[in-house]
Amino acid sequence: MKSIVTKKRSGALADTFAKNSRNKRKALMPFLTAGYPNPNSFVELVKRFSEDGADIIEIGIPFSDPMADGKTIQFSSEVALNNGINVARTFDLLDRLVGKISIPLVVMSYYNPILNYGLTQFGKDASAVGVRGSIIPDIIPDEKENVKAISDSKNIDLIYLLAPTSSASRQKMIVRQAQGFVYLVTVAGVTGARRETPPSLVKWIKQVKADSPIPVCAGFGISDPSQAKKLSRHCDGVIIGSAIIDVMRKEQTKKKQVDAAVAFIKKIRTGLDNG
Amino acid sequence: MGQPTKLGYFGKFGGRFVPETLMAALLELETEFKRAKKDKSFVDELKRLSQTYAGRPTPLYYAKRLTHKWGGAKVYLKREDLNHTGAHKINNSLGQGLLAHRMGKKRIIAETGAGQHGVAVATVACLFGQACTVYMGRADMERQAPNVLRMNLLGTKVVPVDSGSKTLKDATNEAIRDWVTNVATTHYIIGSTVGPHPYPYIVRDFQSVIGQETKRQIKKVEKILPHTIIACVGGGSNAMGMFYPFVDDKKIKLIGVESSGDGLKTQRHSATLSLGRPGVLHGSLSYLLQDNDGQVMMTHTIAAGLDYPGVGPEHSQYKDSGRVEYRSITDKEALKAFVELSQAEGIIPALESSFALAHAKKVARKMKKSSILVINLSGRGDKDMANAEVAQIVSDISKKLATK
Repeated sequence: MKSIVTKKRSGALADTFAKNSRNKRKALMPFLTAGYPNPNSFVELVKRFSEDGADIIEIGIPFSDPMADGKTIQFSSEVALNNGINVARTFDLLDRLVGKISIPLVVMSYYNPILNYGLTQFGKDASAVGVRGSIIPDIIPDEKENVKAISDSKNIDLIYLLAPTSSASRQKMIVRQAQGFVYLVTVAGVTGARRETPPSLVKWIKQVKADSPIPVCAGFGISDPSQAKKLSRHCDGVIIGSAIIDVMRKEQTKKKQVDAAVAFIKKIRTGLDNG
Repeated sequence: MGQPTKLGYFGKFGGRFVPETLMAALLELETEFKRAKKDKSFVDELKRLSQTYAGRPTPLYYAKRLTHKWGGAKVYLKREDLNHTGAHKINNSLGQGLLAHRMGKKRIIAETGAGQHGVAVATVACLFGQACTVYMGRADMERQAPNVLRMNLLGTKVVPVDSGSKTLKDATNEAIRDWVTNVATTHYIIGSTVGPHPYPYIVRDFQSVIGQETKRQIKKVEKILPHTIIACVGGGSNAMGMFYPFVDDKKIKLIGVESSGDGLKTQRHSATLSLGRPGVLHGSLSYLLQDNDGQVMMTHTIAAGLDYPGVGPEHSQYKDSGRVEYRSITDKEALKAFVELSQAEGIIPALESSFALAHAKKVARKMKKSSILVINLSGRGDKDMANAEVAQIVSDISKKLATK
């Protein structure tokens, strides 16, 4: 496996995972929708997540038709769009954090807003505000020619999703093509917090981990510290999105929303560290 | 022109822009479809059902009174409105339903705008004993109420969709989310030549029967092929089914008609090919109505079946190559044509088909009397009687009749 690892590009994400590996630490990757609950609170959340346990933060750029997302992220996307968030505005908000946070960011965006912004420009502008990876849920590796321009010369990893429905041959192809880390989708379904973890999941994660030359992180449906802890034992980290937004939606004021989200992230961090 | 590439492209349009979770199902569908097409038992069964269940072939009707009224080309109507369930939608639903049955899928889902596709899918689900759920925008459920009742009667669960514009685009998002979640047991019958590969290709194939029959029928009566063929375009399935068998014959003029709603200069239209630019929605790259940020725009038209910001990728290819001419008609013009055909020929067209009729009137007048114009009458208008604007027109007509 080592020979394959050396062929991979080295980047900020690889550095993060390498450092974690030395420290026996699991990566915590919280997701935030840019501009949710409002632009200022979002900026504060990124900053505090970076100080309180996140290793990488996934920044969602809102899209009008998020077909891979459940109700929660549909909601936060709609709020963000109503707050006037687009690609440029997302980068403006992240620009406020340059020099203030020391962890890498990855962006999550559907393809159309990126296509519209221009791929090369997107890569350039994203890179300038600390983005080191991109997750495009409607781009499969088969269509990678379309998005190559994002990563060309900009050292932005193109992260691909691996699904429980992926065939053995697609799994092989995806772990080979993925950069940064493999985003292992834990359930066939849309994003959204779920309580139960399918019993066959751990077995599959172990198998992917054994096949993959790069780190593997699990996401979709992870809602509490014990679930996060359980899954992270078998891979390199976890991605938590909807559960954070659900926590915020229970609070009335923006301050309480930020505090609740940070408290939730700390709880997950503690869970992971005591795995 | 013809077959999509291995990745599912028609020229530069199409492709598969989907979550990885769906890839296994899309690849399986493509393999099974190609296999079924070569299997005589599948082909024969589909033919038998098309004839004995759906009522094919549908007639090609010479509209003599309309021809005289318009004073130009000889006007023929391809009577897809006479299909079982009242529109061309049954062609695709029967094909895909049979395919799903063959693949052992026990559950069917679909999106619907006007409700014609939803009704066709609900019908076919009965035929093959499949459980069925249809997603429909709440706004469409109101303006196409009779079709909601028909689906319920057929035992289909109709799920109202309240996101976005509460129309076809949003219903499609919900159907995709359902499919992503239940992909192992469920087949998604997409109703138009849209979506990720292989859907545009499969739907075209099942709808091409329209053009193939038209070709045979017009040759039999007129001994020549039509000079011009006109069809309405929302996602584009009735138009593609009609046009595809004629595309290689460059002499034949093909015209697709979109809805410009309140007008192309207003914000309220659904003229994707006239005013959109390439973008990705619902799994394929095609012309798309979007704002400067790449967010998909809301559309407006009286015809729920045309109320969609995207369009089939093959139409985008034909627009760029110039093989098909795309025009638009306002809601007002379409409503006039709706009344005109009803009273001239005793045929109540679907509002969607009325857009094709309205443009055909403009074209027919400029054609020679010896020329032949075929209009695809994609569906019948019974479903539109609950529509507020139609109801108003009907009420005005009855008032006028009462004072006569």
